[in-house]
Amino acid sequence: MNVLKGIDLTIEKGEVVSIVGPSGAGKTTLLQILGTLDKPDTGIVHYGDINVNQLKEKDLAAFRNKNIGFVFQFHQLLPEFTALENVMIPALIGRVRSSEAEKKAKEILDFLGLSDRITHKPAELSGGEKQRVAVARALVNQPEVIFADEPSGSLDTQNKAELHQLFFDLRDQFNQTFVIVTHDEALAKLTDRTISMKDGQLAI
Amino acid sequence: MQFGRYVLLMQRVFAVPQRWSMFFKQVVQEIYKLGVDSVGIVIFISVFIGAVITMQVSLNINSPLIPSFTVGFITREVILLEFSSSIMCLILAGKVGSNIASELGTMRVTEQIDALEIMGVNSANYLILPKIVAFVLFVPVLVFFSMFFGILGGYFIGWFTSIISAETYEYGLQYWFSAKYIGYSILKSMVFAYIITSIASFFGYNVRGGALQVGKASTKSVVNSSVLILAADVLITLLLV
Repeated sequence: MNVLKGIDLTIEKGEVVSIVGPSGAGKTTLLQILGTLDKPDTGIVHYGDINVNQLKEKDLAAFRNKNIGFVFQFHQLLPEFTALENVMIPALIGRVRSSEAEKKAKEILDFLGLSDRITHKPAELSGGEKQRVAVARALVNQPEVIFADEPSGSLDTQNKAELHQLFFDLRDQFNQTFVIVTHDEALAKLTDRTISMKDGQLAI
Repeated sequence: MQFGRYVLLMQRVFAVPQRWSMFFKQVVQEIYKLGVDSVGIVIFISVFIGAVITMQVSLNINSPLIPSFTVGFITREVILLEFSSSIMCLILAGKVGSNIASELGTMRVTEQIDALEIMGVNSANYLILPKIVAFVLFVPVLVFFSMFFGILGGYFIGWFTSIISAETYEYGLQYWFSAKYIGYSILKSMVFAYIITSIASFFGYNVRGGALQVGKASTKSVVNSSVLILAADVLITLLLV
């Protein structure tokens, strides 16, 4: 079965792009292919000059670690580790020294207003806090782009607005690129560009 | 289709670990969790089965034509050739297999595997390879324990009952002994250990859904690895004997 039917898409650095559309339109599939978690049967994904479809498993994992950050609807933090450790892990996997990773992680958590929660485990954090820790984890390796799949889907209005504001703050301060799959009309309106999908195609 | 997916998973599992230091650490942990923690049950079962085999054989062979030391001989052959490798591994398929399948399955449904994946870790290699390596390396130790304590179980019958004397049993144990059988048994058990760990990992790693599916995956892994162990047992016996 073809989920996506001929998608042609370019995303610029520093852009906040939202992908909207009804359930089953292929938004998540598109995001997973862009994020190299899934391979397309046909077609190519380029990051700058790199064709990621040609990378081997190991190189791809390293590429993903360095260049791509993810934030999902459910936080996907590791329950046995504290907020600080969860944020540090991608840096440690990328062979950053542990003292440096810790400094970096603390900086980011500080920026996200979580400095008094760093020793707490995910179970002891609220939904909004967990989601912000997930954003911090996505940021720690200074990725080229952050992919978010329904990042605010499980949050209340207040937390949702804060999280959305955070995306734009990060864009303004660090020129961070975001690609966000969302059902949230308000968020889609705020973004620089909205891509609507329907039945595996880009709707105009 | 399942087989194809199994092969694809194994392809990802058997890659060079991203970090050797982590790999060795994991292997040691898994040896503890899967191997050392099984020593107790292996000893317990082996002593009892060894005792029961000795009793059953001596109670069933009461012909004047068969010398009574045959009991020791048969007990030894059964324990060395089949019990301490095949039957032991069937039991371990239940213990170790369900442990692995439920651990990986829980990590899957709580999205921890996805978390590893998005952080740039080859999760199949990182999670599964240490389990396979650890158990394949450690299973010979379990087999040794099983052999020793199985035979000891037979001695208990000799020492504490009047069914057979310990001396006769011991004579039978040493009669026509071939050390080759021990190597053969260990080789078999290593194949079985691979079957148990890889099949359980396959079912656990590929869980879709929730807690119920984790339970199902661990049942499936036990059933499938048991069947495969028996099939492999026939095959290896045909090839090596």
